[in-house]
Amino acid sequence: MISEAMPRQAAQPEPVLRVEDLVVEYRLGKREVVQAVSGVSFEIYQGETLGLVGESGCGKSSAARAVMQLPAPTAGKVILNGVDLAALNNSDLRRQRKQFQMIFQDPISSLNPRRKVSDIVEMPLLVMGEGTPEERAKRVRDVLAAVGLDPEASLDRRPFQFSGGQCQRISIARALVSEPLMLICDEPVSALDVSIQAQIINLLQDMKERYHLTMLFISHDLSVVKVVCDRVAVMYLGRVCELADSETLYRQPAHPYTAALLSAIPEADPNRTPQPIAMKEGELPSATNPPPGCRFNTRCPRAREICTQVVPPLETIADRHTVACHFPLTAD
Amino acid sequence: MENLHTHFMTERGLVRAVDGVSFTLKQGVTLGLVGESGCGKTILSRTLMGLLPPSARISAQARILFNGRDLRGLGEKQLRAIRGREVAMIFQDPMTSLNPVMKVGAQISETLVYHLGMTKAEAHARGVELLRAVGIATPERRIEQYPHQLSGGIRQRVAIAIALACEPKLLIADEPTTALDVTVQSGILDLLREQQRERNMSMILITHDLGVVAGRTDEIAVMYAGKMVERASTKALFGNTRMPYTRALMESIPQLDYPTHTRLKTISGQPPNLIYPPPGCRFAPRCSRAEARCREDEPALDSDGAADHTFACWRPVGTPVVETAA
Repeated sequence: MISEAMPRQAAQPEPVLRVEDLVVEYRLGKREVVQAVSGVSFEIYQGETLGLVGESGCGKSSAARAVMQLPAPTAGKVILNGVDLAALNNSDLRRQRKQFQMIFQDPISSLNPRRKVSDIVEMPLLVMGEGTPEERAKRVRDVLAAVGLDPEASLDRRPFQFSGGQCQRISIARALVSEPLMLICDEPVSALDVSIQAQIINLLQDMKERYHLTMLFISHDLSVVKVVCDRVAVMYLGRVCELADSETLYRQPAHPYTAALLSAIPEADPNRTPQPIAMKEGELPSATNPPPGCRFNTRCPRAREICTQVVPPLETIADRHTVACHFPLTAD
Repeated sequence: MENLHTHFMTERGLVRAVDGVSFTLKQGVTLGLVGESGCGKTILSRTLMGLLPPSARISAQARILFNGRDLRGLGEKQLRAIRGREVAMIFQDPMTSLNPVMKVGAQISETLVYHLGMTKAEAHARGVELLRAVGIATPERRIEQYPHQLSGGIRQRVAIAIALACEPKLLIADEPTTALDVTVQSGILDLLREQQRERNMSMILITHDLGVVAGRTDEIAVMYAGKMVERASTKALFGNTRMPYTRALMESIPQLDYPTHTRLKTISGQPPNLIYPPPGCRFAPRCSRAEARCREDEPALDSDGAADHTFACWRPVGTPVVETAA
């Protein structure tokens, strides 16, 4: 049940997904532009799960959607298996879509309420023009069984006849029916009760092994991310502030924001009341007008003058551990 | 000092959302009400506040005693004098619980003028004090703003200020931090705890998150499918869990010290349909400890000797699972 982290090969192969300098902007009215994601880069290797965590508005969902090309990013590259998705035209992109699929936070609204489960799960195959009707029907049944739904009982029913947890299983089946390389999960368990959440987390882990998936897992819940992800990237106001193996990140956070985030988690143990690291009072900065220098400087207890002027670059401080901070916590 | 004593009994809506629940809450005590969605925790609190939709039916035998007075016998006018004055409530989403077209100041003053008969000027001054008390740095500026100009955390602080305005004896907080980020959440929970202690209020903290109640309540009641299934001091509930459901709920939460790819323990199946709940213990179909009796007879909320720790279970955690029949 509890396994040691897998030993890694010395020479890293090409990553399945390489994201370079991703920028996502939204227009607000005529003049104003919000930069939700400001130059984010990361790589995900075969069989790996990368977690993307941060508070609401940090740009984690925008980054995930940009990877999905829903819509394409304002700037930057999204290289999946050697192909830059952001540079493709629509028909080439559609052909690539079977390689990368997504599941969303709200399982009920992400399924078409008027369609039968059989149609919903078959849709990706139809769009990609795969197989004969018989082959498609078989793949739909197989994938439904794989996610723990009885195909006979569910094929002819519609989403409202299922609970939230079951709808999330249907979403997972739809995402996996085209046998993608990459699965992007945007807060997949946040809308579910804890007892159902655990079922879906276990299911995602099983599916990852069975379908040899590489995953990008977005969540605001650091405990869930710890269980699911091999590596974790922490985002704050559109930038990655720290990226490390999850064991390292949780044991020895180097960015003051990561440390503050970890210290604030309430644990289900009355003897361990969290002792949150005090952050500076005041308003959370807004993405329309981010502070100069390090974006966390307005709330950071360690901020000095340089932090308000110079953007700290993402630097490697240890093996597989990068942090964007002028005064990282390990430097003491 | 008054001794606040709330006795509470509600029974069967058409959908049996809350099905025979009794409890008492003493003055100055914080009770955590925990359960999954649909377990009846919110309906329970709304019943207490008299805020149920017209389709709701409360059983005839039910009594809700607040400070010795039965709230069920009161008319709408009398209830209104209690609501907001003696019993106040904070909701999950501060954006929808605040009035979007009214300034923050007017929303605080409204309660003060209505319940305490203050003049507008007095209410304004008191509003500034209240905002400062809930940790808002620039109350004079905030009081002139509209809810949409505030962040989620500040909005929830405003909602708390309104709830505290008339110094209620009981504060009901329904998932007060679910819509907020973790770094904001702990500040709000600390504020509630601090105000509760300072004012010697009673508080009911409703949440689905066992982490939220662990460090910040005196007692916890766990609900499942409309029933209260375990009730104990916070320490006893975590230290000596008796009800298998409570135990399973705790075990299914991922912990920060779990290694990556730990397989989580799950509760199989789904919560029951509340129109046709299963006979016997409602958790029996999903319970790993259930035996024949659990599916036939309903266990009562009872203690097995330990004072202040009750649970509704025939096969509580800590007793052997398989008992050889004589």
